[in-house]
Amino acid sequence: MTVEIGHFALILALALALVQSIAPLIGAWRADRALMGVASSAAIGQFALILVAFGALAWAHLASDFSVLNVAENSHSAVPTLYKLSGIWGNHEGSMLLWVLILATFGALVAVFGRALPAQLRANALAVQGLIGVAFLLFILMTSNPFERLSPAPFEGRDLNPILQDLGLAIHPPLLYLGYVGFSIVFSFAAAALIEGRIDAAWARFVRPFALVAWCFLTLGVAMGSYWAYYTLGWGGFWFWDPVENASLMPWLAGTAFVHSVAVMEKRDALKVWTIFLAILAFSFSLLGTFLVRSGVLTSVHAFASDPRRGVFILIILALFIAGSLSLFAWRAPLLKQGGLFAPVSREGALVLNNLLLTTACATVFFGTLYPLALEQFTGEKITVGAPFFNMTAGVLLLALCFVTPFGFSLAWKRGDLIGVAQRLSVALVAGFVVFVALIAYVRGGPVLAPIAAGMAIFVILGSLAEIVARIWRRGVSLSTALARARGLPLSFWGGALAHMGAGFALLGLAATGFGAEAIATMRVGAPQTVGPYEIVVDSVGERAGPNYRETVAAMTIRSGGQVVAAIEPARRQFAARQMATTQAGIATLDFGQVYVSIGDPAADGGVPARLYWKPLVTLIWLGACLMALGGAFSLTDRRLRFGAPARAKAGAAAAAAAAR
Amino acid sequence: MTRKGRRLALIAVALGVVAGAAGLALYALSDNIVFFYSPSEILQKNVQSGARMRIGGLVEPGSVVKAAGDRLDFSITDGANAVKVSYAGLPPDLFREGQGVVAEGVLEGPGRLRAETILAKHDERYMPREVVDALKKQGRWQEGDAKP
Repeated sequence: MTVEIGHFALILALALALVQSIAPLIGAWRADRALMGVASSAAIGQFALILVAFGALAWAHLASDFSVLNVAENSHSAVPTLYKLSGIWGNHEGSMLLWVLILATFGALVAVFGRALPAQLRANALAVQGLIGVAFLLFILMTSNPFERLSPAPFEGRDLNPILQDLGLAIHPPLLYLGYVGFSIVFSFAAAALIEGRIDAAWARFVRPFALVAWCFLTLGVAMGSYWAYYTLGWGGFWFWDPVENASLMPWLAGTAFVHSVAVMEKRDALKVWTIFLAILAFSFSLLGTFLVRSGVLTSVHAFASDPRRGVFILIILALFIAGSLSLFAWRAPLLKQGGLFAPVSREGALVLNNLLLTTACATVFFGTLYPLALEQFTGEKITVGAPFFNMTAGVLLLALCFVTPFGFSLAWKRGDLIGVAQRLSVALVAGFVVFVALIAYVRGGPVLAPIAAGMAIFVILGSLAEIVARIWRRGVSLSTALARARGLPLSFWGGALAHMGAGFALLGLAATGFGAEAIATMRVGAPQTVGPYEIVVDSVGERAGPNYRETVAAMTIRSGGQVVAAIEPARRQFAARQMATTQAGIATLDFGQVYVSIGDPAADGGVPARLYWKPLVTLIWLGACLMALGGAFSLTDRRLRFGAPARAKAGAAAAAAAAR
Repeated sequence: MTRKGRRLALIAVALGVVAGAAGLALYALSDNIVFFYSPSEILQKNVQSGARMRIGGLVEPGSVVKAAGDRLDFSITDGANAVKVSYAGLPPDLFREGQGVVAEGVLEGPGRLRAETILAKHDERYMPREVVDALKKQGRWQEGDAKP
């Protein structure tokens, strides 16, 4: 019964979404307050109904109700509760339900916090948000109903794919979706601005927190996915330039560009049309990602099922929204009042360069991801565009961006002093260069990309620090004054500094992968094996039973100069329900580096085939990403950007203008 | 700088970045793409030795030999023809005789591949799509065998 209620709630949500997408549009057009008011109630109602539907599915999963097809195929009574819960979105239907739940959540947030907004803008934005809801609710109800019953009900479920039974994967989809779908609000506001033909700094001030929230979650989601791939797939790799990964990287790149350009719009009232375009772009890439991942065009862990009907349906949604929004853009963008131009050497000039580099990097990723698919469609030839291509294109462009970043961050708005900034950054520049030269000498003739990246990372980190120091300290200033000044700096400044440092640390971690060590060996109990600066010994090999699997565990100790520094237990798990094996890598974090060991099935003579890696500074990749997200959160809490700030800020600006007169 | 001059400068920089990116992409594309072949195609198309490629098919039953020094020798077949593959390292979790596999590496001679990467399917439910297509071409694939 609960399940049927969930299904029914979802249908009602579709009806409400339809109302939400039509009534406010008419209301905004006729300036009818009552019709515009429908938007907020409909958005909140839609959210409540989808929450009921999601709750019903969650209940079915937690109660292991195998009469529901979705539960029977993706759960098992012996699965730990956490994975029963993550089983809700560990499959196509459930994950789409999560998608619309998050979509409706963002809509409801606008309805609740957007009271200070101009009524027309809010009505139009919620209408567009409702339209996205209609499309995806229809998609769920017509092609991927999670509430389908199974008769007769089986006694036992088929189990959640063992690869997905993992803490990282339990939280990766919600994080990623919060990011993907968060950009829907930005998109809706862009479309609303286009419909109205008007946009101003207040728009930017309201949209920026949403963009930042989406960006933070997307950053964490991408990092989480990468860390998951790193520790579960047993290859020691963390980024494969796989189309599915690229699908999450593209909205991130476009979103990063948006977060920067919207700042220019807010401060300088410029780049309006471009910002709108980026908003459309970021969400279009989110939709494209959903299409690539959910349609089954690609084979990957994410392609739970490949039902061609679904692919066609999402493709239609994708085409309608992208073509629709771009046509709207072409038609209405000329109406938006152009902001002033500005000096090339200024913070806004640097941000334009940032946007150019980010979007071209995004374009190269787009090309590399879709070119093989297109080529196969048209010629039948099958090709793979792998890591070397992306390193050569997006990698080089992003390195160039890293070089510009500290300059842009230190330049003043309106008119910057490039020489002054170069002096301020001189220590960072020299340090980065020294690191680069030292590493080049160290690898001598090896690949140059890693030393360049390392030097650049040092430059970015020290560059951010240099800017902080320059803001709070001058010769002869006491420590307490400096601290007081540090407290006085706006939080969005600290956010920017942290995010840039995070990018630097992540880059440093990436660069360090060029200096790791790896070995493939058949290991025997007691015989040491060296990898990098460490010696690894197998102490014992044994069998162990888990809740829904059996595992072969090789207990190992890691020694450095005779001292035991860590113990790891790499294992191979056999999941009975699906007749499937997974590799559990043994990972020991030593300082910021990791020793990573994955094992194969032990041979009859007791030898354990193993892959061993020493990865210096590797954790910085993910810690850096977390720091970036933290920076985003700092910017978000800045007083200027609180929800409802536009009204007060405008009043404040008016008062300031009056005082100036 | 005049308004016009600034706008021109902006456009020039934008064009520069875009042209640079396009140049990089074309350069990278010229040596970094990897073609996919089925064993039959390799023999028919007379592919040159030394080329990087991916080969997909089934691991030929009875062909897997674990040689010294963690080397693994096996054959990939599409039912009509087979290519010998040698690989140094651990095969992935789902590498088994009779199962779908994709090997990426350098062709050393006619019908001999030195593999650097082996990809097997992710779970028992589906096969790499390339493998399904390769098998279909040889008429060795029956719908309903397993979901692709």
